[in-house]
Amino acid sequence: MRRVNKDQKVRISLTLNGRKMSAETEPRMLLSDFLRHSLGATGTHVGCEHGVCGCCTVQIDGTAVRSCLTLAMQAEDRAVTTVESLAGPGGTLNKLQQAFRNHHALQCGFCTPGILMSFTDFLARNPKPTEEELRDVLGGHICRCTGYAGIMAALKEAAGLTNTNEPTGAKS
Amino acid sequence: MSKRLGTSVARKEDPALLSGHGRYADDLPVPAGTLHAHVIRSPHPHADIVSIDAAEALAKDGVWAVITGDDVRKISDPFLVALKAPIHQWSLAVERVRFVGEPVALVVAENRYLAEDAAELVQIEYTPLEAIIDPVAACKPSAPILHAEANTNEVSVRKFQYGDTKSAFEKADKVVKLTVDFHRLSFTPMECFVAVASYNPANDSYDCMANFQGPFSTHPVMARALRVPGPKMRLRIPPDSGGSFGIKLSVFPYVVLAALASKITGRPVKWVEDRAEHLLAASSGPNRVTEIEAAVTKDGKILGLRMDQLEDYGAFLRAPMPGPLYRMHGAVTGGYDVANIDVINRVVLTNKMPASLIRGFGGPQLYLALERLVQRIAIELGLDHLDVIRRNLVPPEKFPYHAAAGSLYDSGDYPRAVETAIGGGRLDHLKKRRDEARKAGRKYGIGFAVVVEPAMSNMGYLSTLLTPEARDKAGPKNGATSMVTVNLDPLGAVSVTADVTVQGQGHETVLAQIVAEQLGLTPHDIDVTLEMDTAKDQWSIAAGTYSCRFTPGTAVAAHMAAGQIAAKLKGIAAKQLNVLPDDVELVGGKIRSRSNPDNAVSFSRIAGTSHWSPVMLPDGMAPVISETGVWNPPELAPPSGDDRINTSFTYGFVFDMCGIEIDPVTYQVKVDRYVSMHDAGKILNPMIADGQICGAFAQGIAAALYEEFVTNEEGAFLTGTFADYLVPTVSEIPPVELLHMESPSPFTPLGAKGLAEGNCMSVPACIANAIADALGVKDVQLPATPRRIHALMAQHGGVR
Ligand code: FES
Ligand code: FES
Repeated sequence: MRRVNKDQKVRISLTLNGRKMSAETEPRMLLSDFLRHSLGATGTHVGCEHGVCGCCTVQIDGTAVRSCLTLAMQAEDRAVTTVESLAGPGGTLNKLQQAFRNHHALQCGFCTPGILMSFTDFLARNPKPTEEELRDVLGGHICRCTGYAGIMAALKEAAGLTNTNEPTGAKS
Repeated sequence: MSKRLGTSVARKEDPALLSGHGRYADDLPVPAGTLHAHVIRSPHPHADIVSIDAAEALAKDGVWAVITGDDVRKISDPFLVALKAPIHQWSLAVERVRFVGEPVALVVAENRYLAEDAAELVQIEYTPLEAIIDPVAACKPSAPILHAEANTNEVSVRKFQYGDTKSAFEKADKVVKLTVDFHRLSFTPMECFVAVASYNPANDSYDCMANFQGPFSTHPVMARALRVPGPKMRLRIPPDSGGSFGIKLSVFPYVVLAALASKITGRPVKWVEDRAEHLLAASSGPNRVTEIEAAVTKDGKILGLRMDQLEDYGAFLRAPMPGPLYRMHGAVTGGYDVANIDVINRVVLTNKMPASLIRGFGGPQLYLALERLVQRIAIELGLDHLDVIRRNLVPPEKFPYHAAAGSLYDSGDYPRAVETAIGGGRLDHLKKRRDEARKAGRKYGIGFAVVVEPAMSNMGYLSTLLTPEARDKAGPKNGATSMVTVNLDPLGAVSVTADVTVQGQGHETVLAQIVAEQLGLTPHDIDVTLEMDTAKDQWSIAAGTYSCRFTPGTAVAAHMAAGQIAAKLKGIAAKQLNVLPDDVELVGGKIRSRSNPDNAVSFSRIAGTSHWSPVMLPDGMAPVISETGVWNPPELAPPSGDDRINTSFTYGFVFDMCGIEIDPVTYQVKVDRYVSMHDAGKILNPMIADGQICGAFAQGIAAALYEEFVTNEEGAFLTGTFADYLVPTVSEIPPVELLHMESPSPFTPLGAKGLAEGNCMSVPACIANAIADALGVKDVQLPATPRRIHALMAQHGGVR
């Protein structure tokens, strides 16, 4: 990371979902605020600003991180991926997104982008997880609406632990 | 998959929310030049404000204003309160602070980072005063008074008598008593509060945007505070909101604050709450102390009840408080057929954050007391808990049932619901688990809870707070109006708007299902727009999303609006098809003759007629471009002269049963098995219904075992982060087995009732009963944390 004076404005460049972008900001700007307010990528949400809820999870160079605990400068010249990157052309939902829809794994949807970004990383590295491992990773996120049953069902489908895609919403 | 009403149609909301295209309050664009606000809050639970020195902050570049209570007092009025008591609250503290976290000053600057920096330069001097935290102590004459003009902290006491409770207690074989404490908590939506406001001096009006949830009876409260007529306080609600659970009603003081800040600075002002502020000061459910006693026969029949409910609303009584104390009033006897009951309702103020709406809204407090009492009756009479429940349930032949305090229970078969839930070997299994555990020396208990779940509040219920004489003077309040509009576009596309605020309940999907069914279309064909704008949408004071009003209210209005459209389209089509309107049906995107289905025309052709050729309409028919369904059920009458009130419109039923075990090492309460039986009438979308129930269940578990706002005796707030305030993660939520039966409501054309709050009411009571059974104790304080369980066991000799 380059050294800057704290009162000096800085221009930060990074790759967001495959496109080079940059904006001028203060050195202390959080990555979550930078994405949302400087680059207009509002799909990433902020639920606690102290690293507990997981709403703000994005990926930097393919690794899931909490953007509320990351300075924008730490992402300089790196590849940041957010929820906006997941759907295919024409908005087709990917397998994980579709599993969330099948199992009513979201209500208000505020926690959802963070959970999707965590598991996009996790499932890429662990294509054959156990239910316990899924539960462990999900434990890093707070969802206030669903009671988690639908989310677990969706994760199990996405991880290939179940082959049913009938909507459950209720059964975990 | 079938797309009909009553089937699990996939949610229309999901694709946008899954791909980052939600539009939540903080995502929406604001006008260029918008300033950002930061709230400075009181570190004291009770203190006089001696001075506020903002000179240094104001000297900083980019800082526009530091606004104080003195400023807002000059240009605004205190918020209206339902109770006629001198409790004045403005959007900033005036002269005195009364809880930790109370807004004292607002820093307005070019951006949020700057505003927070400047806040550190504002010097505020306080003279601390003695604080009062405990609600019982707050009623004593020696207690420090929060609002001097009120002269007491116990600002309302009302006594109610239904039937002949005195005789019931004289006749009783036994009297069983209990005192039950319900704690403070909140369901902390993941999105915090957001408010944006612009003042227009040209016509003295405000244009505001906030993630407000309703009820819209709060709109006049905001407009009055701003000293403008309602239409000059325009409020827009964004299309998406990150959860609410009652909590986002309490954004309203900040909407007023942002509006005043805009008036003062001449710029639009935006405020976004952070999580620390939210936990400290946003909203809490009220804590309640209930003294409850039952007059019973020796075989367990309840002849009469007496309840003294003392509810603690914190530092201020904000509209529409004290709702939780009265929302359940008509149904205060729960699922039991008890004709005689005396109730005392008392409202007390203490130096804690103001209490307000929260999912369950008075139900968790009531049912913890009532259901614990029923378990105690069984213990003290040496009877089986379930037998005492059975002996007292409202019998099915009594429906519609007039409860003693005025509720009119629309439908149900409570005994059948209970028998179904315990059947299928479920209760036998729990008993087997209990016997095995106990044989091995482990602590295992079985709990039950019976809940009547009200939905769609009578807007008149709160006036039960006033005496009949005072009510007569104030004029009658009652009913609850729901409104939905269905529109036809020139090419026959159908769109819908409704009087609800989005929070994740899937209203878009269910409204589309309802309208599609009436018009012979599919949910996919219907566009639903649920952002609200008080200047352009139809709304009544009942609008918003709270108290499960959607299913018995808004859903019916949608059914009506679509029905009105369908009837008129049939008239138009009849003329074109050359048949009688009675012979016309809307099926599969076509409008056709029932008797000769080949005689058909496309839906869009007929639907566009009023746009393109209104002259061709049948004689006397006005163009059919939009229809509004307005629904106000007559059952929601005002309180009667003898204080009987039908507090809600529909009444569902929930019966819960669980087995819990105490971990011998950690003293944690482990849920072994949990069964929840629901009768919510007709289910409109089973997937969404179960989702709502699972969400409420998790919040019920949170209330029973984890979440509590803790304020120590000196008034310091100890649960200000998610590290101290324990919101359950997936590991803390046990699976729940859901069972359903359907006793359709005879009072609504859809037969559907509310179902999203029942488990917030039942789970704390059911778990508490199971703990009481496991440990053989009388008093179970929630949340039943390991520390509390350990203390209980130490006290009763159960610690190894
Ligand atoms: S906002 Fe980053 S973890 Fe909660
Ligand atoms: S869906 Fe609302 S917080 Fe998870």
